[in-house]
Amino acid sequence: MAASHRAAAPGTGRSLARSRPRYGETVIKAILLLAALVSVATTIGIVAALLEPTIEFFGAVTFGEFFGSTSWGPLFKDPTFGVWPLIVATLEITLIAIVVAVPLGLAAAIYLSEYATPRVRKIFKPVLEVLAGVPTVVFGFFALTFVTPLLRDLFPFLDLEAKNALGAGLLVGVMIIPIVASLSEDAMAAVPNGLREGSFALGASKMLTSVRVVVPAAFSGIVAAIILAVSRAAGETMIVAIAGGFKSVFTLYPGNEMATMAAFIAQAGSGDVSVGTIGYKTIFAVGSLLFLMTFAMNYASARMVQKYREVYD
Amino acid sequence: MTLLSTPRSAVELAGKGRPLKEHLFRIALLCSLAIALLFLAMLIFYVVEQGWPRLNSMLWENQPSIRRPETSGIQSGILGTLWIIALTAVMALPTGILAAIYLEEYADKTKWYNRLIELNISNLAAVPSIVYGILGLGIIARWMQFGFTIMTGAMTISLLVLPIVIISAREAIRAVPPSIREGSLALGATQWQTIYRQVLPAAVPGIATGSILALSRAIGEAAPFLMLGAATMVRFNPEGVWSSFSVLPLQIYTFITRPQPEYAVLAAAAIVVLLVILLLMNSVAIWLRNRYQKRW
Repeated sequence: MAASHRAAAPGTGRSLARSRPRYGETVIKAILLLAALVSVATTIGIVAALLEPTIEFFGAVTFGEFFGSTSWGPLFKDPTFGVWPLIVATLEITLIAIVVAVPLGLAAAIYLSEYATPRVRKIFKPVLEVLAGVPTVVFGFFALTFVTPLLRDLFPFLDLEAKNALGAGLLVGVMIIPIVASLSEDAMAAVPNGLREGSFALGASKMLTSVRVVVPAAFSGIVAAIILAVSRAAGETMIVAIAGGFKSVFTLYPGNEMATMAAFIAQAGSGDVSVGTIGYKTIFAVGSLLFLMTFAMNYASARMVQKYREVYD
Repeated sequence: MTLLSTPRSAVELAGKGRPLKEHLFRIALLCSLAIALLFLAMLIFYVVEQGWPRLNSMLWENQPSIRRPETSGIQSGILGTLWIIALTAVMALPTGILAAIYLEEYADKTKWYNRLIELNISNLAAVPSIVYGILGLGIIARWMQFGFTIMTGAMTISLLVLPIVIISAREAIRAVPPSIREGSLALGATQWQTIYRQVLPAAVPGIATGSILALSRAIGEAAPFLMLGAATMVRFNPEGVWSSFSVLPLQIYTFITRPQPEYAVLAAAAIVVLLVILLLMNSVAIWLRNRYQKRW
């Protein structure tokens, strides 16, 4: 209850607090709290689902083998459990995606926030929303049947395989452009006009003001947006499963087919791996690793916004 | 120049020194935005062109087939998606909106548990969807023994979109100015009466927009269903919440993974159906926002 309810009415000395408790209001508040707690239960559920099979997995496979070798084939007859090929593929595709999305998304955000008239913004923002709403299977299909063949025609010397990290990474990049753009734009829109006017008054041009004043002022929000986009890219499943492939070879060359962590989970989870086998538990172990990685990034992003946000006014 | 020059003329003044660089910068920014748009246009054009030969009534009248790609349809997928979305709307929207009301109207931000809930929701919003698939598989399908049914799929997807619903509903509620609440409280309304009769009606357009966008995210999801045993070419329509099922995005995925070229055409046609549904939902959401959103 807000504090104002408890205050004494001026001049009377009588408390303004309710004379009798309203049970209905309390019940409603409890129901609302319960709804909010569903989200906490979800996190607990995710951890619970991951934990037990992961512990069992590390009972059979040592930490040293999981993180210390570079051969990944948990579903083979002679299974190997070196997770590095999956991690390297995930990082590589994420890197390609970021190289695509950060410049384009940031430029789009600067344009929308600093240059566009309200009418232009009203047209462009919904289009970005539509791009954000395109299902990832669609991007995957486009990467596999259009972008990769195009790249192979244009750059035959790259020696691209039919499924490859480059095509998948490019499309993951396109997928996260709207995240970078819209969150960065929010951060730039929060920069007070006084800063811009001060910059103009000192004779700075629009470009200088955008690049040297607005972007630095919104920096923490922009970094948070990028971290969130990285996390989304690292966990993206359908694009990499369709266009990146399932082969896990320890390689750095983006023209090769390579399986990310998410792609492995998708492949093993949709295949016929029997419950209780080591292959089945591997799904959960890789899932835990992916969850921990994205969780760390999301947390960093949330803290970034909370802690380093410059509060104006 | 008068002393009272507006920032606009100040810009023009400052721009005189290096007009070329300024122009190039502006053009580069516009190009970046244009690339994103062009890409979207190209993608839509490509799938329509590819799927055109199969965009006929066979698509929704027939069931998917492993042997006959040229007459295979997507009926079970369309119906499965509709079932999942309807159930998700029933489960996720009320829960999400109630949670948003709690966080905006009741929660004391200085209490640690409320801050935990908030941090938790922003974290969940960015958890990869395949991890939600693991949650559905481990907890809902196996531990709760709901099996690979529509119920399991809808519950999993509900949990997946819940953070999005909460975040967008909170924004809509926050946009209602405090003066409305204060006026209502001053007239003697209780807190719930204030919320139910004043705040919620004012926030409905925003909540509806956010809800539609969240559900459209649910329609396009395929990854969690991979974990929930819905990957096969289901040749029957779902009959109830305990029926096994397939969804449209997953059928598209299955078609893409088949080697015959006819399946690529079929996948493109199915993608067109999916995109039409999504574009319709997006347009309704944008229209709602433009039509009813109030600026206080």
